[in-house]
Amino acid sequence: MLMGYSFSDLGSILVMQGFAGLIMFSVYLLMALGLAIIFGQMGVINMAHGEFMILGAYMTYECSRLFSAYMPGLFSLYFFVAIIVSFIVPGLLGMALEWSLIRFLYKRPLDTLLATWGISLMLQQAYRSIFGAREVGVNLPEWMMGSTHLSDSIEIPINGIIVMGMTLVITAGVYLLLFRSGWGKQVRAVMQNRAMAGAVGINTERVDRMTFGLGCGIAGVAGAAFTMIGSTSPTAGQLYIVDTFLVVAFGGAQSLTGTIASAFSISQTRSILEFFLSGSMAQVIVLLSVVIILMLRPQGLFVLKVRR
Amino acid sequence: MSRTIRALSRCTLATEKDNAMLEISQLRVCYGESEVLHGVDMTLRPGEIVAIMGRNGMGKTTLMKSLIGMVPVRSGHIALDGQEITNLPSYQRVAAGLAFVPQGRMVFSAMTVQENIETGLFVRGGKTVPENLYTLFPVLKEMRTRRGGNLSGGQQQQLAIARALATRPKVLLLDEPTEGIQPSIILELARTLRRIRDEMGLTILVAEQVLSFALDIADRVLVIENGQIVHEDSRANVDEDRIARFLSV
Repeated sequence: MLMGYSFSDLGSILVMQGFAGLIMFSVYLLMALGLAIIFGQMGVINMAHGEFMILGAYMTYECSRLFSAYMPGLFSLYFFVAIIVSFIVPGLLGMALEWSLIRFLYKRPLDTLLATWGISLMLQQAYRSIFGAREVGVNLPEWMMGSTHLSDSIEIPINGIIVMGMTLVITAGVYLLLFRSGWGKQVRAVMQNRAMAGAVGINTERVDRMTFGLGCGIAGVAGAAFTMIGSTSPTAGQLYIVDTFLVVAFGGAQSLTGTIASAFSISQTRSILEFFLSGSMAQVIVLLSVVIILMLRPQGLFVLKVRR
Repeated sequence: MSRTIRALSRCTLATEKDNAMLEISQLRVCYGESEVLHGVDMTLRPGEIVAIMGRNGMGKTTLMKSLIGMVPVRSGHIALDGQEITNLPSYQRVAAGLAFVPQGRMVFSAMTVQENIETGLFVRGGKTVPENLYTLFPVLKEMRTRRGGNLSGGQQQQLAIARALATRPKVLLLDEPTEGIQPSIILELARTLRRIRDEMGLTILVAEQVLSFALDIADRVLVIENGQIVHEDSRANVDEDRIARFLSV
């Protein structure tokens, strides 16, 4: 037997850690979706993406506080309201940011890196001033707290299932938006050739603003999911931005399927390894394997096959 | 009182421009410090097909790009059907009635043929591809679920034209449409362009290096050299040898 576990133990561990990894998968996937959309559309690497996620987490926290203070009767439903708020507020902030700063820097990609990094520092300080430097945790309504028992040794947290479901719905929504809606057609045209998209009559400025807002809004929803696996603090977003870059690079920046597959494999590997090794060793192994795979396949997991 | 005078003067302006669909005056365009177009003047009448001939590097593409708004204008004016468009962003020029088929075609390669055409519909708020585009280019109907990038050069050229026509333009700009296309398709392209002009009443400005193609479709031929229009002929009394000399390297 391996490390003193029997095979049935190992099976249960795999399943449970797998489900624990699913929340991480949700956070990664939502973060990476937002980042990939923004990068793909305007070539901007948004260093403040983690802060938009944390803004969503703070919004969830504020919602839980407001509901328990003023509408305790409806507390069990607050999380759904929180998801909407944590989409809208970061989304609007993102649109404002694009309008006031980013759009002037499209021709200077390196500067957008610096500018968005500066914004991330400013946002962190703003959170510190507004919400306080202390970590805050969100109270879950009772019905989301428990877990279901699949068997004697396997139990699955309910909130994990809810977050997973939410992530799937949002991912499907993003897919439909991008590939089935008129707006998505405009986004894809701008992604492929900005100048030409303008020359067929697409209002590229408006498409940019909407896309940036959508990317930031999705990051905010990732923040709502994040409140279930970590405690919210002004700098917590920074820990996630590197992992998110990893997911995007690993999946291949242009492909939605690639992003999903890479978020899944990275979060699952990590979650399962974390049970047997320390967290940082798991991180090292994941990083190493991603580096090796990217050396063999620099374009990422999935690439569109098309003449350019 | 002053208002009536202004209204009157606008009136006379409008009548003056009645016979100009696209009017370019003293157009100067620069890349950084170096000026590429040194004051280009030209006027296109409604329904006219005009060819701009010139060797590589003489400013044809720069002229086309500055007309559609991909390259900023330093000074001068561009007016489309009486409307000043000199400093508008590209999409507003398209809304005003200009359409562009660029050199190298630049179809959206990862999008399907149908989606490519549909990108041209947004500016007029349309939803479905007009059937007459598929009548003009039947091959696009066959291929409509293929990705644009997987078409042949000639098919991509047709796609780029269909995409431009989807914006329901008044003036169509084409930059070297014959580049990289086999001769039999070039003949067909000339026929199609004339048909588009006749059926839709379009005005067409085409930049070309292939003289036979230009003479085949154009009512008027201009020659551009070092950023200036240096020669003009109507098709009726075109001096083929002279133009050929301008084009020889």
